[in-house]
Amino acid sequence: MKTFKIGGVHPPENKLSTDRPIEMMELPAQAIIPLSQSLGAPSKAIVEKGEVVKVGQLIAKGEAFISSNIHSPVSGKVLKIDEALDQSGYRRPAIFINVDGDEWMPEIDRTKDIKKEISASKEEIIKKIQESGIVGLGGATFPSHVKLMVPQGKKAEVLIINGVECEPYLTADHRLMLEHGEEMLIGIQILMKALEVKKAIIGIENNKKDAFEHLQKLAPHFEGISVEPLKVQYPQGGEKQLIDAVYNRQVPSGKLPIEVGAVVHNVGTAFAVYEAVQKNKPLFERVVTITGKNVKHPGNYMVRVGTSINSLIEKAGGLPEDTGKIVSGGPMMGKALNSADVPVVKGTSGVLLFKEDEAKRVEPTNCIRCAKCVTVCPMGLEPVLIAQYAEAEMWENVEAERALDCIECGSCQYTCPAARPLLDYIRLGKFRVGQIIRNRSKK
Amino acid sequence: MNDILIYAVIFLSIVGAAAAIILYFIAQKFKVIEDPKIDIVEAALPAANCGGCGYPGCRGFSEALVKSSNEKQSIEGLNCPVGGNEVMAKVAEILGLVAEEKEPQIAVIRCSGSKANAPAKIKYDGPATCAFAHNLSSGESGCPYGCLGLGDCVAACDFDAIYMDQETGLPVVKDNCVACGACVVACPRDIIELRNRGKKDRRIFVSCVNEEKGGVARKNCSVACIGCGKCFKVCPFDAITMENNLAYIDYEKCKLCRKCVVECPTGAIHELNFPPRKEKIVTEDGSPEKVKAKASKDNSDNNKEE
Repeated sequence: MKTFKIGGVHPPENKLSTDRPIEMMELPAQAIIPLSQSLGAPSKAIVEKGEVVKVGQLIAKGEAFISSNIHSPVSGKVLKIDEALDQSGYRRPAIFINVDGDEWMPEIDRTKDIKKEISASKEEIIKKIQESGIVGLGGATFPSHVKLMVPQGKKAEVLIINGVECEPYLTADHRLMLEHGEEMLIGIQILMKALEVKKAIIGIENNKKDAFEHLQKLAPHFEGISVEPLKVQYPQGGEKQLIDAVYNRQVPSGKLPIEVGAVVHNVGTAFAVYEAVQKNKPLFERVVTITGKNVKHPGNYMVRVGTSINSLIEKAGGLPEDTGKIVSGGPMMGKALNSADVPVVKGTSGVLLFKEDEAKRVEPTNCIRCAKCVTVCPMGLEPVLIAQYAEAEMWENVEAERALDCIECGSCQYTCPAARPLLDYIRLGKFRVGQIIRNRSKK
Repeated sequence: MNDILIYAVIFLSIVGAAAAIILYFIAQKFKVIEDPKIDIVEAALPAANCGGCGYPGCRGFSEALVKSSNEKQSIEGLNCPVGGNEVMAKVAEILGLVAEEKEPQIAVIRCSGSKANAPAKIKYDGPATCAFAHNLSSGESGCPYGCLGLGDCVAACDFDAIYMDQETGLPVVKDNCVACGACVVACPRDIIELRNRGKKDRRIFVSCVNEEKGGVARKNCSVACIGCGKCFKVCPFDAITMENNLAYIDYEKCKLCRKCVVECPTGAIHELNFPPRKEKIVTEDGSPEKVKAKASKDNSDNNKEE
């Protein structure tokens, strides 16, 4: 069975919510929609205080090249446009809407039947994806239409679909593949048309056998789409690792996947593309996993953007007594939240409640030069050296060690027997080197 | 036997002489001609090699001084904060120039978000330096501008002039601070500022750098600057500017009249090294809050000096 060749770790899977079908989450009383929900520049609000909006109505426009539109997830009246605490721990501009009913924009097709025929042209597809505010739902939230605009001189040969969900605990993509597999495959066809490729490969890890079998049964009805089972390994969901695993090509350092002719999209993104192009439904809700060893009812919910994480925790049975951390995302790359009174955004794949003893960090000791971090780094870097240089503030050396290639997967910090904060040092190094490079280009 | 000895001695002497001649010519070719003034100026400098002047060590600074003196006939803009006016006067004398008299400065901690004033709402358990804490979280108290209390400033100081007060969780600047600027650079939140020591070592400053709206800032810290502007309105010397919900006192314009200290409703403005006030505390409505506020302003927890 295929997998990526360099590095990788095997954290315990803990897929506690894997058998829980997707449930609809109740609408919030007030939706707080941050204006910064994708990589790139924040969006500009186009509604005003007092305005009445419907579900799916455009409320913020992405103006820069790398930015995206935001649509209202609820119907009601705009209370204000003000700063709100969001998952970053800082207060940033957001649109507050008091929810009233659930009235949708009339052009959205809410019927349940699956529309198979793709009548839109390649240009219409890309335009529709941009208008619908679709961003990478794997967590990186890169605006999807930008990925589909292949730069001059490069050609896309294959579309790779990420059904890996390598983070422990998270099961949102798994359930989506099981319950909406057909819509997802149509979404993949739409993406293939936009990229003008004849071949698509869906990568699924072997711990999701039911999803694999389900898609393998459906795939023959869709030309060019194949399903590839993969050996379980973290971080297989990283796009460069996935390309190595299913397509056996290595993306050169500092370059993007299009360099080897590949474009990677998450299964959730493919489903959102189906809904946008076939059903006129913009992106305003997504599947979120709420889980944790002490959580009473772990599950997967279809949540509207702007719902507070607090209400998700309540839905899952309330905050357990001995909760140590509330993490947005998975245990390897997720972010510990300052407060649960923050809204779900397009990139929120899961909410994980760690017990106090699980969450506590071990006190670091000295590096024992075992090089386990070097063995597990999926990008072939040397975390021990990058961390040492970052500690000594030798930023040129940090850059020379290709720290900017780091995908921040956390395998090094996870493996280190001395519990050294390797990833934290590397992140600091990346941040400083980024500043230095920006200053260099300014001169 | 003697012949061999004589031949050996002659041979080695020739080799030695040849080597000496070759070395002489090489030395001449690679000779570095340095202005002799650089050595003399360097001897006058404090030899702390702290970088406070902006140059790499005292040697680097003396090179810059002599270069500036030779090219521009002035040493304007060059200053050794450690040596101060005394050393700059000596240097100027050596170079035959005049040194501008500079106001002595000191580092000032512009945050009073102590454990009592800005209680922690969450616990940060990442690596214990301010650089990390700032990069990985927005802070334990909820104020994203305030001091993180992990001591990067203390670690940066070469002069043992700053220490961490364990009770308040804030750094304290001692009197022997030479204003080299190392702590200013070390602080990831730009909380520390070099300000004039002031007449009789007295100074007034806004002990807050929070730019959030007043209500938000105050929720996280009881002594935050709420940007109300009352200080700005009362200052008779136009020394205060308001920007981004934050007041700032220009230390060149401030005449230490203390009107703003009295006016500030949260106690964000601090006065240092003033004698205790003699006047009776007259409050408009006789509320006890005003009296408490004044007391806390005079007993500032940080920036106390030893």
